[in-house]
Amino acid sequence: MELLMSALIGVLMAASVWLMLSRNLVKFLFGLVLVSNVANLIIFTVGGLTVGAPPLIVDDGNPVYANSLPQALVLTAIVIGFGLVSFTLILALRAYQSLGTVNVDEMVLAEQSHVVAAATTPSDAPSTQPAISVNAAAHNEGDTAGPSKGGSV
Amino acid sequence: MTWLLITCLLLPIATAALTFMIPGDRRVKGLLSIAGMALLLLFSLTLLYAVAKHGVLSDQMGSWQAPMGITLIADLFSAILIAVTALVGLAVAVYSFIDIDESRANGGFHTFLHMLIGGVVGAFITGDLFNLYVWFEVMLISSFALLVLGGNRIQLDGAVKYVAINLISTVVLLASIGLVYGMTGTLNMADLHQRIPLVEDQGLVSVVAVLFLIAFGIKAAVFPLYFWLPASYHTLPISVSAVFAGLMTKVGVYALIRTFTLIFPDALAEIDRIILTIAIATMIAGVFGALTQGDIRRILSFHVIASIGFMLLGLGLNSTLAMSAAIFYMVQGILLKALLFMMAGIVGNLGGSFSLSQLGGLYRDRPGFSLLFLLAILTLAGIPPLSGFWAKVMIIEAGLELSAFAVIALVLLISLITFIPLIRIWSEVFWKSAPQSLHEEQQQQARPAQTPTAALMPVIGLSLVLLWIGLQPAALIEGADRSARNLLAPQSYVEAVLGPALETDQ
Repeated sequence: MELLMSALIGVLMAASVWLMLSRNLVKFLFGLVLVSNVANLIIFTVGGLTVGAPPLIVDDGNPVYANSLPQALVLTAIVIGFGLVSFTLILALRAYQSLGTVNVDEMVLAEQSHVVAAATTPSDAPSTQPAISVNAAAHNEGDTAGPSKGGSV
Repeated sequence: MTWLLITCLLLPIATAALTFMIPGDRRVKGLLSIAGMALLLLFSLTLLYAVAKHGVLSDQMGSWQAPMGITLIADLFSAILIAVTALVGLAVAVYSFIDIDESRANGGFHTFLHMLIGGVVGAFITGDLFNLYVWFEVMLISSFALLVLGGNRIQLDGAVKYVAINLISTVVLLASIGLVYGMTGTLNMADLHQRIPLVEDQGLVSVVAVLFLIAFGIKAAVFPLYFWLPASYHTLPISVSAVFAGLMTKVGVYALIRTFTLIFPDALAEIDRIILTIAIATMIAGVFGALTQGDIRRILSFHVIASIGFMLLGLGLNSTLAMSAAIFYMVQGILLKALLFMMAGIVGNLGGSFSLSQLGGLYRDRPGFSLLFLLAILTLAGIPPLSGFWAKVMIIEAGLELSAFAVIALVLLISLITFIPLIRIWSEVFWKSAPQSLHEEQQQQARPAQTPTAALMPVIGLSLVLLWIGLQPAALIEGADRSARNLLAPQSYVEAVLGPALETDQ
């Protein structure tokens, strides 16, 4: 059982690393979902696997019961992970709407030293107009790490 | 006195809930926020006093016995950091009157600020590894919310990088906590201190220790895991970057110091050379990164990274003296980084830009503020008798004690290079005459008649505290020294949690 779980963890981890290496933000997100499940499975597995027994000490003479702590930890981690993933999904959506790209190599707006600070002025209302992407492309000119080297994996 | 522990934890969370529920404009929320922070500062100072007087304070949540329930515990190290956190929180709450507009206040700035402070305090005060993870999450989720609040494009761009890397670090942390539980069957940090040496496969312990190093290293922005920091900090409103620069990375350093001294002391002895190398690489990356930047906030972001390197030196040299130097450096670093970002905010307000090339002539217009800024950068550079000097003296003393002359030479060299971008800020922003050609209309409308009191008060307050630390360093040095001794010989910590005469085997 442990061997099977370890193999599963390994496969999931490999898949998530592959996805997270992508320049595509959406693929990265899927990788993140997978890798958080990898962590949950690790906790669950190293906490000791007990087949076919509840995490309760029942008074019927059966001494076999599952360790309840890893289950509690995994439950907590799932809840937190769910919150984080939903937040990140919305963030990715907003980033796509206002930056016009999901390729992280093209998200270089904040990395340019000549950008005049817009952050302290009240927010320039984010817009979903396609004109944004033209704007972003204009910003990319003269940037050595431009999107030409990019492309998604 | 143990009620102080839970009070310091619940107070920011209660204030967060109150600022969320209370109707009213940003002024009402801001005042409530300031009141909450002031109260937290009061309680944290009481906690500091109690811990300094009576030793380690600990309490079991829900009265569950020690290895089972969640422990809240404050030793001197935690208590000092909680007090500093509250001080920075108060300063930021006052400063937020300047750059948190109505929409950001209604969007929950104060709520998330207090949740963030609550998460930071929780991370400092918990004695349970999984609970530490939970407080990191509280901190992280609040920081995400603060990061995107207002949501202009540059902010979203920075947020994507920050969120992505921090989520990875979270997963690594969770997995390594799972592995620790698998090896020992406990998550109580004091209990782990006793159980880890009993683990059969000590090689596995070292591997897990390195996983912790990676997880907390990302949070602390150490080399080579720091790229998210200069990509995101400068995109934020100054109130947010001040609290981030002051506190967020230092929680990572705290967690590193706590886990490695309490849980993995043997593994630390094995990998302290690696940590030392990482620390020096972090310092080098920070100062040279700062050299290349032309935006005040980005220069300061890189200085945040460099200062993390100085703090890690304490762990890397792994001696009492080095650890106390790191603790001293942490305290003054937290205050100084928050102060510098707030000052950069005032500069931005006055000059209408953060770019060195578009600023100038501030000394002529604002000599008082300019001298205050000079004081802050001299503190960062470590000019005697300011507080940065004492921190560096302690580090060099620790190096001399261990005959680590190469480290000393590098520290001195890096301190010198630290000075260059700071002096560049000084000469470009304050001494150079204002560039006339650029943005004339922008300058006319941007330069306000006077700097608002809400911005000056926290800046002057933090400057005074730093000046006081510099002129009267004895109290903090003694506190840091006692904390370092307790960290490296954690008997009092363990006894406070598990009781004096517990057998290690069961």
